[in-house]
Amino acid sequence: MTPPNSRVDAELQSHVGVRAGVEQTFTLAWRSLLQIRHNPWELGDFSIQPILFLLLFLYVFGGAIAGSPVEYLHFMLPGVIVMNMIFVTVYVGHGLNTDLTQGVFDRLRSLPIARWAPLTGRIVADIVKQAWCILLLLTVGLLLGFRIGTSLVGLLIMVCLVLTMALAVSWIMVLVGVMARDPEHVQLFGFTTLFPVTFVSNVFVPAETMPDWLRPVVAANPVSHLSQAARGLMVSGPVLEPALWSLLWSLAITAVFAPLSVWALSRRLEGRSRTGPG
Amino acid sequence: MSHAIVTEGLVKRFGTTKAVDGVDLQVPTGRILGLLGPNGAGKTTMVRILATLLRPDAGRAWVGGFDVESQAHQVRQLIALTGQYASVDGKLTGRENLILVGRLLGLSRIASRRRAEELLETFALGDAAGRAAQTYSGGMKRRLDLAASLVAHPRILFLDEPTTGLDPRARKDLWQLIRQRAHGGTTVLLTTQYMEEADHLAEEIVVMDSGRIIASGTPDQLKARVATRSLLVRAVKASDVARIQRVLGEVSEDTPEVRKLEVTVGCPDSSMLRSLMRRLDEAKIEVDELILRTATLDDVFLALTGRPLESTRTEEPPTEATIQ
Repeated sequence: MTPPNSRVDAELQSHVGVRAGVEQTFTLAWRSLLQIRHNPWELGDFSIQPILFLLLFLYVFGGAIAGSPVEYLHFMLPGVIVMNMIFVTVYVGHGLNTDLTQGVFDRLRSLPIARWAPLTGRIVADIVKQAWCILLLLTVGLLLGFRIGTSLVGLLIMVCLVLTMALAVSWIMVLVGVMARDPEHVQLFGFTTLFPVTFVSNVFVPAETMPDWLRPVVAANPVSHLSQAARGLMVSGPVLEPALWSLLWSLAITAVFAPLSVWALSRRLEGRSRTGPG
Repeated sequence: MSHAIVTEGLVKRFGTTKAVDGVDLQVPTGRILGLLGPNGAGKTTMVRILATLLRPDAGRAWVGGFDVESQAHQVRQLIALTGQYASVDGKLTGRENLILVGRLLGLSRIASRRRAEELLETFALGDAAGRAAQTYSGGMKRRLDLAASLVAHPRILFLDEPTTGLDPRARKDLWQLIRQRAHGGTTVLLTTQYMEEADHLAEEIVVMDSGRIIASGTPDQLKARVATRSLLVRAVKASDVARIQRVLGEVSEDTPEVRKLEVTVGCPDSSMLRSLMRRLDEAKIEVDELILRTATLDDVFLALTGRPLESTRTEEPPTEATIQ
């Protein structure tokens, strides 16, 4: 069929180039980070909350669990880095849901930009936020007396391992962000499910102190594997086995949730005006 | 005449309901077309298909000569969309929102900043430019939303219920801004459920109901399809109503309608007025009021569908299916 008003627009492009797509990704990542500037609460979530966690657990439990706070710090700091990473992923879902419910996502999709840029932009911003949190916790840890028992290389591998898991868990949060009715539900869902997941692990106490029936759960928990690997890479202890396990978990979570999230997102976008007006 | 927007047999289903049910639409280039209809008429679905946000189930659509499905990227380079729910990022300032759009459209840092300042000036947002958009009033948010749509000088502009939920003053301000744009040769497709808005802005109106087009034409043509004018006579005493009704029946070909003290009849010819006055005088009937009124688009909608057009609407955002 010939378009009734066919016309050639030579200056128009037929697709988005990869380079342009990458630029759009960075622009959208910039936008996600810019949001923090005007929202002091969010800055608190990313900066004060992790430090508060660290200090509270360190001084309230430190004496009882490990004998002295500094000793306990070497056990729990790697775990707190992992736990905080898990909580920060909630903001991926929260931000995506806000865009979807406010109509920002529609505006982005009506622009001549790469279809994947809104998602990759969010992911890049998330990695920056995660890296910031890790840096912050490390700095505060060092001030409190934490000493790296391995090497700088070990530390960098730890950061990469944690960011890999962060990417994987972000896909779960993308799904939550797509499914939830409003941003508040994302937060509610995020924190109520993530609390048990992060606490039923070896982040704060060794698994040996827990009841028998709980130990297999703690042992299988990806948070435990990653915490143990982080401990090994930052202080001392086994590295290879927990690191492989946590990589395997990251891979499995991504393999399941990335396609599922993309599918759910396109479904939501297709059905969007079903219940809306007009 | 060339057409900026053409659709042929467009269909979109959501589950078992047909939101758009075989729509053929043509919008001439440079024209403001108003898509008028109540909630659920399929207006927003039409706009979402034309703005490449939804794929039609059947039929085809071209925007600027490009197929919305197979040439979506070209279409996106020609259009801009201002949604029903202000689609600005509330956590960014007004200025940042505009710069963001400029950057995404490939403008340089400097060019996007310059364009943002221009638009902030035009849309009277200069004073609030550095504040987060979530602190803006409804009217300011809509103005910012419209400004964001104009960053790239689009050839075709979709305005999906641009003034819904605004107070009359803010609505009038926005109407003025929209009219100014349209003078520049931009084709505008405007959806609205306010007759007044369509009457005010649109050069051509398409009336939709239940996913179908039920009428189209200029506002005047549409009004002419209903009894153009009607004559309303209000009695002083209830006992006079029956007599007034009889007199009106004699001077008009229509059957007069009675509502409490008011008797209404179609009035195609104003010469009718004189004979009515004479007869009322002869019969010594005192009347309280005598009004000759032109049909509004509300009357048109009522005549076409048998239902009045909603004048108020709920402000709830669309609810989505959730699993939580």
